[in-house]
Amino acid sequence: MNINGKVWKYGANVDTDVIIPARYLNVSDPRELAKHCMEDIDAAFVREVRQGDVIVATTNFGCGSSREHAPLSIKASGVSCVVAKSFARIFYRNAINIGLPILECEEAIDMTDAGDVIEVDLASGRITNITKGRDFQAKPYPEFMLKIMAAGGLVEHTRAALAAR
Amino acid sequence: MTLAEKILAAHCGAKEVSPGDLVSVKADVVLANDITAPLALREFARIGVDKVFDPKRVVFVADHFVPNKDIKSAEQVKEIREFARHHGILWYDVGEMGIEHVLLPEQGIVLPGDVVVGADSHTCTYGALGAFATGMGSTDIAVAMATGEIWMKVPPTLRFVFDGRLQPWVSGKDLILYTIGQIGVDGALYASMEFAGRAIDRLDMAGRFTIANMAIEAGAKAGLFALDDKTMEYVRPRARREFVAYQADGDARYAGVFEYDASKIEPQISFPHLPSNTKPISAVGNVAIDQSIIGSCTNGRLEDLRVAAQVLKGRKVHRYVRCIIIPGTQTVYMQALREGLIEAFIEAGAAVSTPTCGPCLGGHMGIMAAGERAISTTNRNFVGRMGHVESEVYLSNPAIAAASAVLGRIGSPDELA
Repeated sequence: MNINGKVWKYGANVDTDVIIPARYLNVSDPRELAKHCMEDIDAAFVREVRQGDVIVATTNFGCGSSREHAPLSIKASGVSCVVAKSFARIFYRNAINIGLPILECEEAIDMTDAGDVIEVDLASGRITNITKGRDFQAKPYPEFMLKIMAAGGLVEHTRAALAAR
Repeated sequence: MTLAEKILAAHCGAKEVSPGDLVSVKADVVLANDITAPLALREFARIGVDKVFDPKRVVFVADHFVPNKDIKSAEQVKEIREFARHHGILWYDVGEMGIEHVLLPEQGIVLPGDVVVGADSHTCTYGALGAFATGMGSTDIAVAMATGEIWMKVPPTLRFVFDGRLQPWVSGKDLILYTIGQIGVDGALYASMEFAGRAIDRLDMAGRFTIANMAIEAGAKAGLFALDDKTMEYVRPRARREFVAYQADGDARYAGVFEYDASKIEPQISFPHLPSNTKPISAVGNVAIDQSIIGSCTNGRLEDLRVAAQVLKGRKVHRYVRCIIIPGTQTVYMQALREGLIEAFIEAGAAVSTPTCGPCLGGHMGIMAAGERAISTTNRNFVGRMGHVESEVYLSNPAIAAASAVLGRIGSPDELA
């Protein structure tokens, strides 16, 4: 799958409370949640995000609460991929499980600014900053993660495993 | 192997595991709450099984927005209540419920040596019992509910050793805030933390729960304590089933060892907007507050309320401060009532609430307006965590939160007349 979109750039420790504030967690519908995605850190995000855009952040993206509503709201807002230097571990699992592509890449983050257009080839982990004309290579996924993603998410992977028993 | 590795090995049927191994482990307890269970149920339905793997090992606790704060919350709780009744799982509703991470140990549902997975990041609290407990998302929990198994990567273990006697008003909360201040909010990312040393040996179970609870605030997967007499004394009268007491091997390999002199640690305050943004109480300066919250899965235990009452008894909450005290469970509430703590709180001018996570996550029962500031015994002080995006949360132990409620600014009980 190839991704091409405009960059929304954030710093370190973007927590799940700012990705989707708890005051909106009385619903679980991703489209409802998406209406408030990132609003406590960036009021412009919901207004201006376009299908295919990419979130780029530094370290520990998605720290804090285990709320799966966080990656769900990002995905439902149209974001195609999150690229960060590192992810908080629960967020990382949640994103893989629900099918929100995420990539770890130190170098790409430092060389990318808000508004740049980047292309991501998920199969190879190649990240291209079109605006700056630079290529980067993301850390490869562990093989086990690839299996979950190839199945279409953890639920699909589990269904297949249960059917094979 | 470390304690964490021992438990994971036993639960995946391996003789030995090493950090980095991907393993499928059997879960002893699977947990979700009123915010995370609705999503888990949706995913559970998609898996295509009609039963949970073991109804006695699946627990739902309605604690975040209950007693229901609005119609939408009521709908979510209704959905999980119906599922719980239909499947006969362990279910805690208003009147019985408490804050999940205070409730499950108290009820003897989580035990030493267990693997516990919960759709709540503070599931790591049970590490205080010597369990491997970790938070996950709703989809992971749905799979664990269906199969009783979940994949994990065996984490490296970081060991934190505290020696020395604690100063007055210093508690488990201060040790963990200090630690997070030292290593940062991702200082233990993906790792298991293990807490040891003479100061830890002397700490009561409540203090250990507080420390384990905030391991996630350093990015950790779990935060464990070795079993000792205090653990056994706590667990024995409560345990609902048999359990296995695992111990770390003498030659266990640690990815890092951090040694701290606990006698040098003052009460710690985490300034907005990260738990790692700590200062000792002596360096706080003049920070006026509008609200003081005492409670939560971090500090809502009887021992915490006793300390708060010790400070508040015979004193008055500052007239510009709302002091809200939330016992963690009905049992904690009842015992606090019997000991006269609740009376002391109400006489001091504090409001006492039925158990709820409420204000900690900006749910209800103490939401702040723009420009307002709270001292709070909770675990997170992120932007907008307790209400308006321009409100501020300062984290502390219960003694500081109680003293600050009286002073009208962040301060120590030593400053009270």
